[in-house]
Amino acid sequence: MDQDKLKERITSLVPEAEFEENKQFLTAVIPAGKLHTVAKNLKDAEDTAFDYLFCLTGVDMTKCLMVVYHLNSTKHEHSIVLKVKTEDRVNPIFDTVCDIWRTAEFHEREVYDLLGICFNNHPDLRRIFLDENWKGYPLRKDYKDEVNIVEL
Amino acid sequence: MGIKNMKEADFQDNATLETFKHTGGNVLLTTIDDVIDWGRSNSVWPLTFATSCCGIEMMATGASRHDFARFGIEVYRASPRQADVIVVAGTIVNKMAPVLKRLYDQMSEPKFVIAMGACAVSGGPFYYNCYHVVRGVDHVIPVDVYIPGCPPRPEALLYGVMQLQRKIKLATIADVKRIQK
Repeated sequence: MDQDKLKERITSLVPEAEFEENKQFLTAVIPAGKLHTVAKNLKDAEDTAFDYLFCLTGVDMTKCLMVVYHLNSTKHEHSIVLKVKTEDRVNPIFDTVCDIWRTAEFHEREVYDLLGICFNNHPDLRRIFLDENWKGYPLRKDYKDEVNIVEL
Repeated sequence: MGIKNMKEADFQDNATLETFKHTGGNVLLTTIDDVIDWGRSNSVWPLTFATSCCGIEMMATGASRHDFARFGIEVYRASPRQADVIVVAGTIVNKMAPVLKRLYDQMSEPKFVIAMGACAVSGGPFYYNCYHVVRGVDHVIPVDVYIPGCPPRPEALLYGVMQLQRKIKLATIADVKRIQK
């Protein structure tokens, strides 16, 4: 599938989807509520067959928190990027995709560990790099640590 | 040269101490010391311990082009029980610090530490705006030789190793404090 056809497919699945221009991959910002159904559909449909989640990233955009999913199909060799955003900084929460792509399990733990974004239905959501009793999420833009951080 | 003439600063200086050792002191003790120190300084076994890019330089130093076995720092040991020196090659993050401390504690006396590279010396590029890096490995274990560089060239590591050997050659069995540290 080329980019235009993928774009049509996404629009038919989620009419609210917005597309970002001039990116390396086709980039779709979709509502958080529809993420799981869209992802499932993109993996299961025969003509898209996104069987490989090659990157899952959390981003703090200051105004909002975002999770970015890089998908690839090893069968059709096409790629797509999905983004979900939330403005809730106190209790940001998305649906997990680790039942669709198993690799997301550790990636989502990393995002939770460093940015404090929670994932619904995740089997084992706990810190992965930092200590269990660490306070706060160090990759948040508003993270402050007077004791350990020497500001430049 | 007598010990009474030496200034306090001279005790920190290897060259002065070497001169002192060659010109005076107890004959029996210094002879035994010479034999022991000759053995110790020429068979320094490093621990296989590298946490980042300095480790690559350390491997290069051990490989055939630079080959620090020429200077008596020999086989890498995979167990701290068999190692004499731990070359801290790379960044030590807070989560790694207890592991490093345990490895150091497991090494048998006499044991030595070389802090290799900017990260191990002071935290290096991770000094500012970082929440996770130990700023200098000397916060965790006592360091004998510091080698600056990011990462240091193999020549620099060789020089550091030779400084350590010089330091080992100054040890005396009469100095119980030095051995117990």
